[in-house]
Amino acid sequence: MSEVIEEENPAETWELRLYVAGQTPKSVTALANLKKHCELHLKGRYKLEVIDLLVNPQLAEGDQILAIPTLVRKVPEPIRKIIGDLSNEERVLVGLDVRPALRD
Amino acid sequence: MQAQNPAAASALPKLPKSPTGIEGLDEITEGGLPLGRPTLICGSAGCGKTLMGIEFLVRGIQEFNEPGVLMAFEETVPELAANVASLGFDLKNLQAQKLLRVDHVHVDRSEIEETGEYDLDGLFIRLGYAIDSIGAKRVVLDTIEALFSGFPNQAVLRSEIRRLFRWLKDRGVTTVITAERGDGSLTRQGLEEYVSDCVILLDNRVIDQITTRRLRIVKYRGSTHGTNEYPYLITEDGISVLPVTSLRLEHEVSDQIDSSGIPALDEMFGRRGFYHGSSVLITGTAGTAKTTLGASFARKICQEGKRCLMFVFEESPQQLIRNMRSVGIDLAPFIENGLLHIEASRPTLNGLERHLVTIHRLVKELDPYAVVIDPITNLISVGNMAEVRSMLTRLIDFLKVSNITAVFTALVNTGVGRAEMTEEGVSSLVDTWVSVRDLEGVGERNRGLSILKSRGMAHSNQVREFIVTDHGIELLDVVIGPTGIVTGASRLTQQLAEHAQDLAAHQEAERRDRELERRRRVLEANIANLRTEFESVEEELRQITTHEQTRHQTLQSGKQRIAAANPPIQNPPAANPSGE
Repeated sequence: MSEVIEEENPAETWELRLYVAGQTPKSVTALANLKKHCELHLKGRYKLEVIDLLVNPQLAEGDQILAIPTLVRKVPEPIRKIIGDLSNEERVLVGLDVRPALRD
Repeated sequence: MQAQNPAAASALPKLPKSPTGIEGLDEITEGGLPLGRPTLICGSAGCGKTLMGIEFLVRGIQEFNEPGVLMAFEETVPELAANVASLGFDLKNLQAQKLLRVDHVHVDRSEIEETGEYDLDGLFIRLGYAIDSIGAKRVVLDTIEALFSGFPNQAVLRSEIRRLFRWLKDRGVTTVITAERGDGSLTRQGLEEYVSDCVILLDNRVIDQITTRRLRIVKYRGSTHGTNEYPYLITEDGISVLPVTSLRLEHEVSDQIDSSGIPALDEMFGRRGFYHGSSVLITGTAGTAKTTLGASFARKICQEGKRCLMFVFEESPQQLIRNMRSVGIDLAPFIENGLLHIEASRPTLNGLERHLVTIHRLVKELDPYAVVIDPITNLISVGNMAEVRSMLTRLIDFLKVSNITAVFTALVNTGVGRAEMTEEGVSSLVDTWVSVRDLEGVGERNRGLSILKSRGMAHSNQVREFIVTDHGIELLDVVIGPTGIVTGASRLTQQLAEHAQDLAAHQEAERRDRELERRRRVLEANIANLRTEFESVEEELRQITTHEQTRHQTLQSGKQRIAAANPPIQNPPAANPSGE
């Protein structure tokens, strides 16, 4: 958990997609949590796209979305999904396979 | 739902239903699945749950013009399309026409990490989008419990699934949900059956190495339904459920008479044949020409220009034709002109129900005037007695209702249970029962035919011997010997003896005639003699008389002359006229 970042390719950008359905409390919480985690651990190395399925329902099929909210890690491969409001930081990091940044 | 239910209950005397189009299922459910409500189809592996769901959709599109959505959790779209293509369901084409939408939902636990609260709005949105995009009226969720393997939080799932059912009701779509059967409960999760308005249980049972699929409606809110287990089949045309029998005995009856094809046999019936639409059972031991009797009937029907359907479970059509030709029953021309259809199959090829379905299908397709099934007893090899009986009941019932004359042959064993199945099983259902049997006498076997029963008409009580000749079956006249009816060689002996007796009697009569003639001639000769004698006597006497007269005249004339010469004397000395 507390190793120094060395092998990680700093050039790699993380593409994340968060699926929500309107402005439900869960969606809002999830988005807030996600932003917090990303800023902390992936600062400057991620792209976040928020998809509202109420607006674009046809997009649900492509990523096999069932649960809301769902966070999909498109890049790097393989695709990973995290469902829920992302409140548990540790599990989010494990799910995204992100090595946590050192906290100085 | 809250809005829908009271409305349905008050405004309509009957629950509105959505016909499935699946053969037989609509009869059992009395019209179909509950309209706008969820129905659960549960069963173990290999029951045809998915198939039933897809057929519900496809029939809905094809027959009732209701577009449908299939949400598949287990199979992918190409897999599903390939699986049902053999049943003639072209999913790709239906999708292209915007009548069907198939959405494969892939749930993989390994891809999903759970953190914090969530709901299944994504599923709802997908489903809602699919429904709206084609205006679907029907939805099938093929195994919703796959979700349970993907999402660890059971509590959330259960509440979400409840919400899904409610949501589907509110959308007013008729939904079919499939589920695996659990241990001791209808579904693994024990959830779906309580939130569904109708539960259909499919079952796949193997008894004596024969598999029979059965269907039962466990519950149906707001409607009556058939409660029994009904066998069903997966055929080339989809699922076919067989309601056991029509519940009432009220089929039309005909006064028309069908000939048996054997004139002498017709003579044994009071009305010279069978009633049209009745069922005729021909029972007999092996080799008693049951098939020939059946074929005679079939030929007769075809000769009258009517259609006949034969099911044979022992011979191939070619073999049957050849064998029947050897006894002068040529069926080939009728096959050529399409009046006769022979369907041959091994009884063990299919389960009983499939045979029944084949018969149903062909009868519906060909609309025959008469059906011959040879022999029904072979079907016993496929199922147990109770099943066979129930199948035959249904079959006989079906044919009766369709007003088709049916001739069944049945093999009975000569042994202990002589008519093991027929007596208790079918015979009470059939209207006419003809028994053929071996009459084993002194060193030979002969065939005898008798009518055991014939509903609605008088019939002969005789056991008639019959022979199979080059030109069909012939019934022989009854020959009664000293100890009853005699057959075969005894009959011939009896006939010879009778002939000899006849001859002797005839000769005796002739002899007597001759004797009489002789006597007559003798008498006549005597009479002639006597007459001659009489004539000569008469002649003689006449001569004497003539002489007498002549003399008398002479005397008279002499006297006159004397009187003329002499005066008459007062006291004539006439006493001695010659003494003068």
